[in-house]
Amino acid sequence: MGKVVVVTSGKGGVGKTTSTAALGAALAQRNEKVVVVDFDVGLRNLDLVMGAERRVVYDIVNVIQGDAKLPQALIRDKRLDNLFLLPASQTRDKDALTPEGVERVMADLKRYFDWVICDSPAGIERGATLAMRHADMAVVVTNPEVSSVRDSDRIIGLLDAKTMKAERGERIEKHLLLTRYDVNRAERGDMLKVEDVLEILSIPLIGIIPESSDVLRASNIGAPVTLADAKSAPAMAYFDAARRLAGEDLPITIPGEKRGIFGKIFGRKAA
Amino acid sequence: MTKVLTDSRSIRIKGRSFLAVVLSPDLPLDEWLIQLDDLAARSAGFFLGRPVVLDVSDLAIDRGQLKALIEDLAKRNVRVMGIEGARPSMLEAGMPPAMKGGRPAADFEVEEKDPEPASDLRNSAPDKPAVPEQRQVTQSIVIGEPIRSGQSVIFPEGDVTIVGSVASGSEVIAGGSVHIYGALRGRVMAGSVGNASARIFCRKLEAELIAIDGVYKMAEDMDPNLLGKAVQLWLEGDVIMAETLF
Repeated sequence: MGKVVVVTSGKGGVGKTTSTAALGAALAQRNEKVVVVDFDVGLRNLDLVMGAERRVVYDIVNVIQGDAKLPQALIRDKRLDNLFLLPASQTRDKDALTPEGVERVMADLKRYFDWVICDSPAGIERGATLAMRHADMAVVVTNPEVSSVRDSDRIIGLLDAKTMKAERGERIEKHLLLTRYDVNRAERGDMLKVEDVLEILSIPLIGIIPESSDVLRASNIGAPVTLADAKSAPAMAYFDAARRLAGEDLPITIPGEKRGIFGKIFGRKAA
Repeated sequence: MTKVLTDSRSIRIKGRSFLAVVLSPDLPLDEWLIQLDDLAARSAGFFLGRPVVLDVSDLAIDRGQLKALIEDLAKRNVRVMGIEGARPSMLEAGMPPAMKGGRPAADFEVEEKDPEPASDLRNSAPDKPAVPEQRQVTQSIVIGEPIRSGQSVIFPEGDVTIVGSVASGSEVIAGGSVHIYGALRGRVMAGSVGNASARIFCRKLEAELIAIDGVYKMAEDMDPNLLGKAVQLWLEGDVIMAETLF
């Protein structure tokens, strides 16, 4: 049985879709069968980031409503044989997702894949709660700023209350992924410090992704950053996060902290 | 302007619990009313000035009958302050409000004026054993994880202890004191049911709002020197006092 991971945040625009794609591609490069599932019905984006927007025929709503079979809706990635996408519908809204339908699809996906990674929509309503409902683990994507941290805190509370695992009295594994970490702003003290975020949210950290134009560039060419430019700083951070998600114990490095004296001087000039 | 800002008086909104007499009528109502008349005759003025709650949870009557019953009671100077256990369909505007969440207390002893009541009546009434007033047990709950934004802990029965932080956008409402072994960033209301001796303790004060016995203080009104410190807060008169703990 595969593991179901929900990538969630409460707040929009923090990097859920980017992180879903990057973690999915990173795990697939470890030779595990991975499917990324877009739960953002009506505002789908994961197909774009995965570069599959022109290959969408059926989507998750078609599968739930019985208009298509699951294998018909799954799109295989052109670069990685063991990476699949289950797209969301763009023409429907989140009410098209039914709890029974989602349960059936998740049960099927868990049978075929090692990792089922669900890209949650923003908010705390139906779409978000259905995306987290069947998760075994959660990746809480947070930016180092107060509104994102508070929304993440709210989502963690919902994860502990509204998921199947929580209702069975078990604990859902929660991991914090700090994204859009800006090295220059961190040096100036314009951002929340990593330890402050950790102190407020008190869940384990699986990675700090630096703010980088590489992420935007990858999105624009329709590739997860872990496939587009595997040597870039954000890609390396996502690879490490994926390894921690899979259970490996790696020390966390805060981007920019290991820079030498020359780096600092050049960093300031650039800023 | 300055006066408004420094005005320490504020509207107090409190909860308070009262002991009410609960009447649970039996069917047929006519006979029950006769028994009630009899009880009233033996103890004149028993219902005078007493809050009475009507418990109709086991009573199969409709709205009309309930209305008639309330009127019958009113004729006997029994004023019903609330109705417990009524279906919504039984209630209408103008009736006493529905009540719920009542906790049982010891039975009421009716003081009888007549030292020797008619023997048949005595037999018909169930024996009421003299239940000693139950000793008030101080209740408390302990929560071993952080209170997340959007969550609220409401415990009017007593003290709340939280081993963890109380996040911004969450609230804790306790009848007694609140102990937080972590940072307090949300709202905490202690002594919410009218307990002026309740206190609030926290390891790191960054609260949005704190209140004790209805007196509250917003984050802006707090002494900036206390922020981020381990603090205890208590009430002296109408003023919330605070001091650092360590």
